[in-house]
Amino acid sequence: MASTIRVRATVNGELTEVQTLIRHPMDTGLVKDAQGAIVPAHFIQQLTFEHNGKTVFLADWGPAVSKDPYVKFGFKGAAKGDDLKIRWVDNLGATDTITTKIQ
Amino acid sequence: MTAKNLPLTRRLILQGIGSAALIGFGDLPALAAANDKYPQEAFKQKSDADAIKSLYGKTAEASDKVKLDAPEIAENGAVVPVSVTTTLTAVTSISFFVSENPSALAASYLIFEGTVPSVANRLKMQKTSNVTAIVEAGGKLYSATKEVKVTVGGCGG
Repeated sequence: MASTIRVRATVNGELTEVQTLIRHPMDTGLVKDAQGAIVPAHFIQQLTFEHNGKTVFLADWGPAVSKDPYVKFGFKGAAKGDDLKIRWVDNLGATDTITTKIQ
Repeated sequence: MTAKNLPLTRRLILQGIGSAALIGFGDLPALAAANDKYPQEAFKQKSDADAIKSLYGKTAEASDKVKLDAPEIAENGAVVPVSVTTTLTAVTSISFFVSENPSALAASYLIFEGTVPSVANRLKMQKTSNVTAIVEAGGKLYSATKEVKVTVGGCGG
């Protein structure tokens, strides 16, 4: 299966800009389905970004983050071709990881 | 202090396994700053004041150095683009709060040394509400607040 994580990390001068889009329902646990049953809460809790093994950015998320979450940030000290590892874990313990090359 | 000490120990243990403790104790201050435990209790708080207290243990002062960018009117409360930038230095975290949501805290980000204190993300909003961004810099909290009008709520129900 294709990864749930789509990421673009590009170096521009000394700054590396990282844009990430993750496929995830981010269910709040407040919504009812067509049968009137509550859709249980299912959302990403933590998302980490590691550059060459060092954490550069960490997100703690609640269910108020939109479905298929998007996040953008920047950091310094990376070069083209460096590894950027992204990992998320949700409230049900599911997880996904991807390692991408910085462009 | 125990809450702060626990994740530190966990990180040290992980570091020890992961990199055969080659790094040693020279990195201790950096590790102490990286409190990476998921703030479960803060996400449960209903009001933004309680959530801020639970997350940071202190109160914030409004600052024009925190620039919060959010739409005046959000047609779809399920996807509201919100971003924050700041000219403050020594920033260690940035958090977003939506006052009228069932739980105020929406997202909290740890900013590490070398990371730009600027985050863009998309949040759900149940109804028209104040959105507050908190920037933690040099151990103090700074905030910016903006009202976003919501035409269709995004929390269901």
